[in-house]
Amino acid sequence: MNLTLKIWRQKDSNSKGQMVDYKVTEISEHMSFLEMMDVLNEQLVNAGEEPVAFDHDCREGICGMCSMYINGEAHGPDRGVTTCQLHMRMFKDGDTITIEPFRAASFPVIKDLVVDRSAFDRIQHSGGYISVNTSGNTQDANSIPIAKHAADEAMDAATCIGCGACVATCKNSSAMLFVGAKVSQYALLPQGQVEAADRVKNMVAQMDLEGFGNCTNTGACEVECPKGISLDNIARMNRELMKASI
Amino acid sequence: MALDSKVPQGPLKDKWTDYKNHINLVNPANKRHIDVIVVGTGLAGGSASATLAELGYNVKSFAYQDSPRRAHSIAAQGGINAAKNYQGDGDSTYRLFYDTVKGGDYRSRESNVYRLAEVSANIIDQCVAQGVPFARDYGGLLDNRSFGGVLVSRTFYAKGQTGQQLLLGAYSAMNRQIARGKIEMFNRHEMLDVVVVDGKARGIIARNLVTGEIERHAAHAVVIASGGYGNVYFLSTNAMGSNVTAGWKVHKKGAYFANPCYTQIHPTCIPRSGDYQSKLTLMSESLRNDGRIWVPKNLEDVTAIREGKLKPTQLTEDQRDYYLERRYPAFGNLVPRDVASRAAKERCDAGYGVNATGEAVYLDFAASFERYGTEQAKIQNISNPSAAKIKELGQEIVRAKYGNLFQMYEKIVDENPYETPMMIYPAVHYTMGGVWVDYNLMTTIPGCYAIGEANFSDHGANRLGASALMQGLADGYFVLPYTIGDYLSDDIRTGKIATDTPEFDAAEKEVSERIEFFVNNKGTHSVDYYHKKLGKIMWDKCGMSRNKEGLEEAIEEISALRKDFWKNVIVPGTATEYNEQLAKAGRVADFLELGELFAKDALVREESAGGHFREEHQTEDGEAKRMKEFQFVSAWEYKGEPKDAVLHKEALVYENIEVKERSYK
Repeated sequence: MNLTLKIWRQKDSNSKGQMVDYKVTEISEHMSFLEMMDVLNEQLVNAGEEPVAFDHDCREGICGMCSMYINGEAHGPDRGVTTCQLHMRMFKDGDTITIEPFRAASFPVIKDLVVDRSAFDRIQHSGGYISVNTSGNTQDANSIPIAKHAADEAMDAATCIGCGACVATCKNSSAMLFVGAKVSQYALLPQGQVEAADRVKNMVAQMDLEGFGNCTNTGACEVECPKGISLDNIARMNRELMKASI
Repeated sequence: MALDSKVPQGPLKDKWTDYKNHINLVNPANKRHIDVIVVGTGLAGGSASATLAELGYNVKSFAYQDSPRRAHSIAAQGGINAAKNYQGDGDSTYRLFYDTVKGGDYRSRESNVYRLAEVSANIIDQCVAQGVPFARDYGGLLDNRSFGGVLVSRTFYAKGQTGQQLLLGAYSAMNRQIARGKIEMFNRHEMLDVVVVDGKARGIIARNLVTGEIERHAAHAVVIASGGYGNVYFLSTNAMGSNVTAGWKVHKKGAYFANPCYTQIHPTCIPRSGDYQSKLTLMSESLRNDGRIWVPKNLEDVTAIREGKLKPTQLTEDQRDYYLERRYPAFGNLVPRDVASRAAKERCDAGYGVNATGEAVYLDFAASFERYGTEQAKIQNISNPSAAKIKELGQEIVRAKYGNLFQMYEKIVDENPYETPMMIYPAVHYTMGGVWVDYNLMTTIPGCYAIGEANFSDHGANRLGASALMQGLADGYFVLPYTIGDYLSDDIRTGKIATDTPEFDAAEKEVSERIEFFVNNKGTHSVDYYHKKLGKIMWDKCGMSRNKEGLEEAIEEISALRKDFWKNVIVPGTATEYNEQLAKAGRVADFLELGELFAKDALVREESAGGHFREEHQTEDGEAKRMKEFQFVSAWEYKGEPKDAVLHKEALVYENIEVKERSYK
């Protein structure tokens, strides 16, 4: 298929950006979206132009690096996938596709479609861990039985890949789905109880400090999340915060 | 220089404990004055960074990704082995050790593997304490599954995302130390050289991938944890950015590179679909617990399937060839990876491949749907369930076990694997070879260590499933933190390492000159053009089976390609900005050297062992034929061009295990 691409180009974080039009031809429907971008970039390199910068690494939907806002949706039109798992069969010959970076004040653009998500790391530094030494002198793993449903729910929360689609999608640029998922993982497990109150307070404080907005329950984050992280995690985080504050 | 593996004396089961009891320690007050650099933040690098920082060392960690959480360990699906014997099925430290040595085709170091098996149980304890949500049974205890090449269930897992959960565990331990200021994290940085001062590794030169700035970082020791080099094949299951550069740079500064030809071609990957393809996707080996692998028995059926006139589900049982079950009745679909891959290639080479490219076999879950469904019907007290009901019940169980893998398959291939068998084909996945290390995990450069997939040590010529996660975390959490102390105990009075020295000047100059060359060379071909060409040579001539003629051709072709690259490569943009093509040019330049050494190593190794299959050396029924005289590690010393590399041999001695024909029949 032949396509027109409208892509955000921005030289660096200090420059102003703009949308630029490109044409690509003979795109196979079996290609992934990023392979289509590879075709464009190979074309640009061969023409002596600068290729479009975008983040990507594992290309199997788990590292959380790829982050394109395609036709007004984080990771594009398909559901339950990251940009690298989006396939061109979701598009039609002759389509015009708009490609922007994940936009949020807390995710400044580094170049073109590459953004700085280090705010997520800093939230994790503030409490996204259990304070256990890695010496190996812990108790036997089976000495802490954990109900299957609790372990499964913790696993569902822990599935978050930290891509930032929730933030990019939210009209308030809220990071509550991301933070809620981490808080929930530990809140659901007995190992996380000891530090639960401090953890939620510190992580929420850091989230606010980074400039992420609040949650107004539109639920768009859950729809766009490639890993299907549930809104329940935000509710649980709010409960945990309330519990920790009284 | 003679190779000294520094394996301690004494009985196998006491070696590690005795050794730990007698090595030098650094007292806590002195650790505050010692700096360690860790390159890479996967399971090995992440766990090492966290543990070293916790012990009190000042750690500087480097990742080319935007966060340590994105290292490619995250993509490991199936699980992690540990000799816990929670299932009471006869597992033990010895059995895990035995399986791993046998699985590696008797080409790994006994003492290292035993130590790995010994600390494996501790890894699970550690990860559970960190809050890693492993799968559990209804009693709340940990669940296990079985992997290839073993007869027990010792694999712990977190759905099909075990690597992700373990890495997030290590990442959380790192976060705790970053918050304390004990780890200084350098994201979007790439190591481009190691700096050796008075014969010791004392720092690195790194490039800030956002600004292009070249930086000097000094330390008392340097740890390479940068993963494997599977991307030398262009197409592999590795991440796009995975590279050999850190390992190759230390090789060029004096570290020997061991067994480069030992590559794991994983049997269950989604087949290639076209020339545009940028990477291959793995389907976890755990699927072989419940999936049966087959091709049609008759070539007419193969043709009809390829032409779309026949569906695989229409073939009756006696029209199918479950070739693994036929050839290896004892292990069946759970033979080790190298055996399963070669068997798939054998069938496809004989014309039985089931897709348009002729390179695919079926992985079929129909039997599991029926088995689980019947069991569920009993449990749920459904009398006379219909076939459809049984299938539905069975699919629910399979969905709970592998749901994310089935979804991933459907997204890529656009076929529903619940209704039609999956198609799979082998793909490059893991490299057992790597930087040579001694028992302390130290390379032949004093003060330079290599851990995880970046080193060569524990998997011999073939790695068993669910062993990579085990090795990465064993090295980082439990081995290196001890052994590095013995070395650093000599450095308590050294003081800060200066970076304004001739050695740093020289290393930085070399790095800068290379970068300048790339951005100023007005060539004609992109970096990917060369990478794809290299990948094709590697796959065709150094792939699942190799022969003398092909390897000799590969050496010539890679050498010529490298010359062409240094003349005609084009890198757009400048050196002082975010420039992915520039970063990639450096990585491909190193792959072009490694590739040649790889072929040379494969040529010299006149035997078949594990993932290295030489057509000249096979048994009558096509199995790998090991040679007694090749019971050694090939450790290559850098001498300029890859063709001039000098071979050093570390003899492998087996005192606690009988070296036998490796049979899975």
